[in-house]
Amino acid sequence: MIKFLRAVKGRAYPRVIGAIREPSWMFWEVFLPLLSISAYVFVYRSLHAPPEFEGFVILGGIMTAYWLNVLWGMASQFYWEKEVGNLQYYIMAPASLESILAGMALGGMFGTTTRAVSVLILGTLLFHVHMSLTSPLLLVAVFLICLAAMYAMGMMFASLFLLWGREAWVLSSLFEEPIYFLSGQNFPVKALGSSVALAASIIPLTLGLDAMRQLIFPSSIPYALLNPYLELIILVVLTFLYFILARIFLKKMEKIGKTKGTIITRWL
Amino acid sequence: MNSIEVKGVWRIFKTREGIVEALKDVNLEIRKGELFGLLGPNGAGKTTLIRILTTLLLPTRGKAYVLGYDTSTEELKIRPLINMVSGGEYSGYGLLTVKENLWMFSQFYGIPGKIAKKRIYEFAEKLRFKDILNKKVRNLSTGQRQKMNIARGFLTDPKVIFLDEPTLGLDVEVAREIRKFVKSWIMERDNRTVVLTTHYMHEAEQLCDRVAIINEGRIIAVDTVENLKKRISSEFSLVIKVSPKVDISWISSIDGVLKYLCSEEENGIRLRIIMDKEESIGDLVDGFIKRGGKINYLNKEEPTLEDVFLKLTGRGLE
Repeated sequence: MIKFLRAVKGRAYPRVIGAIREPSWMFWEVFLPLLSISAYVFVYRSLHAPPEFEGFVILGGIMTAYWLNVLWGMASQFYWEKEVGNLQYYIMAPASLESILAGMALGGMFGTTTRAVSVLILGTLLFHVHMSLTSPLLLVAVFLICLAAMYAMGMMFASLFLLWGREAWVLSSLFEEPIYFLSGQNFPVKALGSSVALAASIIPLTLGLDAMRQLIFPSSIPYALLNPYLELIILVVLTFLYFILARIFLKKMEKIGKTKGTIITRWL
Repeated sequence: MNSIEVKGVWRIFKTREGIVEALKDVNLEIRKGELFGLLGPNGAGKTTLIRILTTLLLPTRGKAYVLGYDTSTEELKIRPLINMVSGGEYSGYGLLTVKENLWMFSQFYGIPGKIAKKRIYEFAEKLRFKDILNKKVRNLSTGQRQKMNIARGFLTDPKVIFLDEPTLGLDVEVAREIRKFVKSWIMERDNRTVVLTTHYMHEAEQLCDRVAIINEGRIIAVDTVENLKKRISSEFSLVIKVSPKVDISWISSIDGVLKYLCSEEENGIRLRIIMDKEESIGDLVDGFIKRGGKINYLNKEEPTLEDVFLKLTGRGLE
């Protein structure tokens, strides 16, 4: 267990240091997302939408930061690591690939949380969003479990994207814009119709956003898809499911890589 | 006792261009405490064999054992005991310093932080890169980077270390420092094994206790450098530089010429010829003059490993 944690710490370190050492991220990671959030806020304002919708957009912006980190910092990461030559050393090391991925996830969460908090503070101040937390503990639980489920999904994608090779980039893009839509990043997902919204619930972001909206903006409950407690339970199930699938796919990826020689080695 | 055993290993790759037999029935035994060289040209199968021994590839047929463990099924027992460094590798992260990068890799082997930091300073001292410990990796020169890579491999105190072309593309001074370090590392420790792949014959001659010559996926000879050279003790090498470029197809018909290697130079050709009859040198010289060639350089040399390789395979190492 100590060795597992050391590997997690080791792999998280470059991401934490990267966030601290490269301050240019402040511009890209805070200012640009704020612009995109502002656009949606002004659309809602011009349509005289209920004020909580502006809060939906800020919440969506925060959670999207994590989703982007899952896609580009987790799912595509093994593909990158292979290209630069790190993957063979990760596989050869006695540390499990799960610990390496957990390190990437924790390190990524650190940087992304800094971005998310900045967006939350600036967005709330700029647009005077009013929040009323009805159940802070449940909110924290939903937020953390939602993150766990998203990053477990990222772990699963990491091996799958590697198996699919260069198409990983296409897949990352494919999972970007459509997920904004399916997860209801800027609007209540129920608007898609219950069946589509339920189908979209395999994406942890969908349920996480829906539950958090209800817990931060109680007036949004009529637009909610499911009860937040039920959503929390489903998110817990999804976390375990994606983590188990991630383990299976990681083993499969390593096996295929070793058999065909096409994954670990760059020259094939 | 052997630290590595390879028994009838084949490795076949299916590529878009067709089937590639990278290793063909390779059999090898490497003893504990040995600095063992795998000598062969590019594409000979050296790296494929290293990949199998480091548990990164499965053999298509046959078995390979490292410290008694099967590389195909017992990789989890092997991995804590081995490490690998490749030439020209770009492992790690550019935004980290050398010290941070080394610490990060040490964490994947579960080395406690304090011990890792102590070892980093020790290796920085031995490999003479203390001055760059706080330098970001992306700002390193090729030589500095490779010294860091070498430290990464040895930091985990492996029982067996695989060095895959570790001095590839390095300047003479850095390459010499790395070779000196490797030699002293194995001499200061009991029962450690170094497996070194190289296509630099002087590196193999300088470092290795025994050498396996590998060509087109097959091991064609395994012995000490001295014994390998004895295989051509009755022969000698003749190095001739001729200008301008002349036809050389007639050379093999000269009595006493066993094998030859020709490389083009700016205004002519350079030949390395393995011969067993001194009296045939005159015929060679006459042959070049008859064809309009001018002999610029002629030297009779003691056989080298490259000559052994040339004799065994009919081709050069470079």
